[in-house]
Amino acid sequence: MDGNFMSDQWVEIGRADQIPTRGARLVRIAGKQIGVFKTAGGEVFALDNQCPHKKGPLTEGIVHDTGVTCPLHNWVIDLQSGKARGADEGCVRTYRIDNRDGRLFLSLAE
Amino acid sequence: MSKPKLVVIGNGMAGARVLEDLFELAPDMYDVTMFGAEPRPNYNRIMLSPVLAGESTFDDIVINDLDWYRDHDVDLKLGVAVDGIDRDAKIVRGADGEETPYDKLVLATGSDPFIIPVPGHDLPGVITFRDLDDVDQMLTACKSGGRAVVIGGGLLGLEAAHGLSKNGMDVTIIHLMDTLMERQLDQPAGYLLEKELSNRGMQVLTKANTEEIFGDDKVEGVRLKDGREIPAEIVVMAVGIRPNSALAKTAGLDVERGVLVDDSMTTSDADILSVGECIQHRGACYGLVAPIWDMCRAAAGKLADAEGPMFEGAEVSTKLKVSGVDVFSAGDFADGEDREEIVFRDAARGVYKRLVLEDDKLIGAVMYGDTADGAYFFQRIKDAEPVEPDERETLIFGQSFAGGAPVDPMAAVAALPDEAEICGCNGVSKGKIVTAIGEKGLTDIDGVRACTKASSSCGTCTGLVEQLLALSLGDAFDANAVKTMCGCTDLGHDEVRRLILAKELKSVPAVMQELNWKTSCGCAKCRPALNYYLLASWPGEYVDDAQSRFINERAHANIQKDGTFSVVPRAWGGMTTSSELRAIADVVDKFEIPTVKYTGGQRIDMLGVKKEDLPAVWADLNAAGMVSGHAYGKSLRTVKTCVGTDWCRFGTQDSTGLGIKLEKMMWGSWTPHKVKLAVSGCPRNCAEATCKDIGVVCVDSGYEIHFAGAAGMHVKATELLCNVATEEEALEYCAAVMQLYREQGWYLERIYKWADRVGVDKIQAQIVEDDSNRLKLFERFLFAQRFAQDDPWAERATGGVAAHEFAPLEPVAAAE
Repeated sequence: MDGNFMSDQWVEIGRADQIPTRGARLVRIAGKQIGVFKTAGGEVFALDNQCPHKKGPLTEGIVHDTGVTCPLHNWVIDLQSGKARGADEGCVRTYRIDNRDGRLFLSLAE
Repeated sequence: MSKPKLVVIGNGMAGARVLEDLFELAPDMYDVTMFGAEPRPNYNRIMLSPVLAGESTFDDIVINDLDWYRDHDVDLKLGVAVDGIDRDAKIVRGADGEETPYDKLVLATGSDPFIIPVPGHDLPGVITFRDLDDVDQMLTACKSGGRAVVIGGGLLGLEAAHGLSKNGMDVTIIHLMDTLMERQLDQPAGYLLEKELSNRGMQVLTKANTEEIFGDDKVEGVRLKDGREIPAEIVVMAVGIRPNSALAKTAGLDVERGVLVDDSMTTSDADILSVGECIQHRGACYGLVAPIWDMCRAAAGKLADAEGPMFEGAEVSTKLKVSGVDVFSAGDFADGEDREEIVFRDAARGVYKRLVLEDDKLIGAVMYGDTADGAYFFQRIKDAEPVEPDERETLIFGQSFAGGAPVDPMAAVAALPDEAEICGCNGVSKGKIVTAIGEKGLTDIDGVRACTKASSSCGTCTGLVEQLLALSLGDAFDANAVKTMCGCTDLGHDEVRRLILAKELKSVPAVMQELNWKTSCGCAKCRPALNYYLLASWPGEYVDDAQSRFINERAHANIQKDGTFSVVPRAWGGMTTSSELRAIADVVDKFEIPTVKYTGGQRIDMLGVKKEDLPAVWADLNAAGMVSGHAYGKSLRTVKTCVGTDWCRFGTQDSTGLGIKLEKMMWGSWTPHKVKLAVSGCPRNCAEATCKDIGVVCVDSGYEIHFAGAAGMHVKATELLCNVATEEEALEYCAAVMQLYREQGWYLERIYKWADRVGVDKIQAQIVEDDSNRLKLFERFLFAQRFAQDDPWAERATGGVAAHEFAPLEPVAAAE
């Protein structure tokens, strides 16, 4: 492991190829429900799996560019910032994620 | 005082266009008589290729239907050829013996296909490619399949070859020269084209000289000068055209290769004009449509005695109508000592572009694979303005790079001159569209199509026309009125559906690439729509894109507000059994499902199922013989029935049995929006069939077929499609409605909205009045169903499909 990372902060959650392109998987860590998203370009993002609107499960949404559309009421959440796009206002927490040769590591640190 | 008499000989594109232009300038100036040798109304001959390829129908390409002639008081003599012209008596003699006097005469006799006089050229099975009869003859030949030889690797020959190949023929193209389309393309572009056609299974023989067409009493093959023999059931001769000037010659007019005309299109007789492919002007003959429109405008001006543009010859540009192959060329692109060229290639995309400059001016352009800037380069060639030194670097990247920084597309359209051609198919300029928008108060694309024909043929200029609308109307232009699919595209649903078929686009990325999507991978609006359109267009071929499905269709269950799902097994015709009910009860207990409810569609709904439990729930339901009820899909939902003659003392037919048959036939079908059916056993209508998408009401004499009802946000009673006598017919008619809706409906448009948009009468015409069309719809539906009727629950419960969908990631470990 890369010694630069604090050992208690980074969790190996699986491989990038386990996440469908333009799709998402759910991961449960330390009581949290975190959505892991992969864009068409292969970039991976992690966010709390709750839409700021009515807590819709974002992992069930359609992933497009670097956003995801919530399946309940079509809010669009930006995967990079966690912020709602357009006229809607709200934000979900994002997590740092590190892709090391296809293995994914997630940090719970703020 | 009676009006002067105008006679037009030739009801082709040119002849009719002269009249259109004339009526615009001087509506009531003449009594008009028109002769047309073909027994059908005027049609868009350049669109015959898509008709042959099955991408358009004849109805799509009719320019002026018979009503148009009636509305303009044109005495149309269809199927009447002209035998002679008596210029002294000013009389036209028809083949029917009748004599028609004229004051002014327009010859628009067009051209004849050139037949190489090799031995065997007159054998049955040798076909030209000129009119609808030729297309019909080719299509008939295609029905029995086999091999076809196309002689001629030019524009027409390749379009014929493409059409024959799409109709299942084994096609060989014989071309005399080194490269295909050598008059329109340079060698690299010709090479790319040859490669593409070979990839599509056509055989291309260049430098091939035909010696004879052999066969006893019909075509059996073609023998080349080098001795090779190519067997064939049909031979299409498409080596070129020559002006049809025989009538003019017999009448004593000056004729060389074509009928000689001046800039006002007047022949050597001041009262006789001539336009189209039959003429020769300043030494040139024309076979492409754009210059012919200019001729017609000049001729109409002359006839109307109006000041107007004269015809001064024209630069021509070429586009090949072979779907999926983009080829464009314009101007002069031969090499030369004092010429410079700019070349761009992208092998991965199969793109080749070459610009030719002389004296710092753009004089020619050839493009293969990416022809979006064709109109821009063509305009630059016509403008003949010098290319600035600092512009040279980016010129080849076209209009969006012109002047350095990318420009707003609206600004680019605004900068086009009035005479810039927007619609190449129908020769409509920017000026004409803008004028029509202003004068006729047009506000949408359909209006522009109706008034100017711009974007009414192949549709690729739709975006440009919309930009002109936006430009002309400013804020008054309601973007929603255009009904673009979403912000990712300027195209509407109809255009996208048409272009998917025409360009043979078979994947979501292909649609986005070829139709210039403005975003990299679409949005939550367009992706599900495209996925459906592709699925409906290419049954058995298209591979469903799960990531472009709304979660309900991806997980095959309905998402609820708390993120759990509901599960509805199919109950055919609303019937169930004790063992099914027992299995459902066991599932409810085993998985601690909190809520069980009867739905309005005669089904049982289990609500509150955790996503991870779905495959196991389905496995248990499958084991009891139940399959997915598709209660979550834009698909066939439920067929409600009453008990009919089985039990009911009023029942007139077996409504339950018919409902079950309908559901067994239709289940699994994906549709633009959800589809709900019902079958009632008598007019008391206990199954509430008359507010369903498709409803059947049984009566003593048979079955009433209803459709386009609604009982949701809108409540609307159905429309009666027709009455049929037998159960077989009821099934066929319902399936035909379903298929027509699948082919024409916009994504998320219910049947009643579709019917409202296209018209109930139009739907009846295609299903009730046209037996063969209905049968084809029925067959297409059954064909598509062959690929749709696998239970998605079983595939996921025990078939191992999409396992990742239902299980969360398991963290491996905390990193050390």
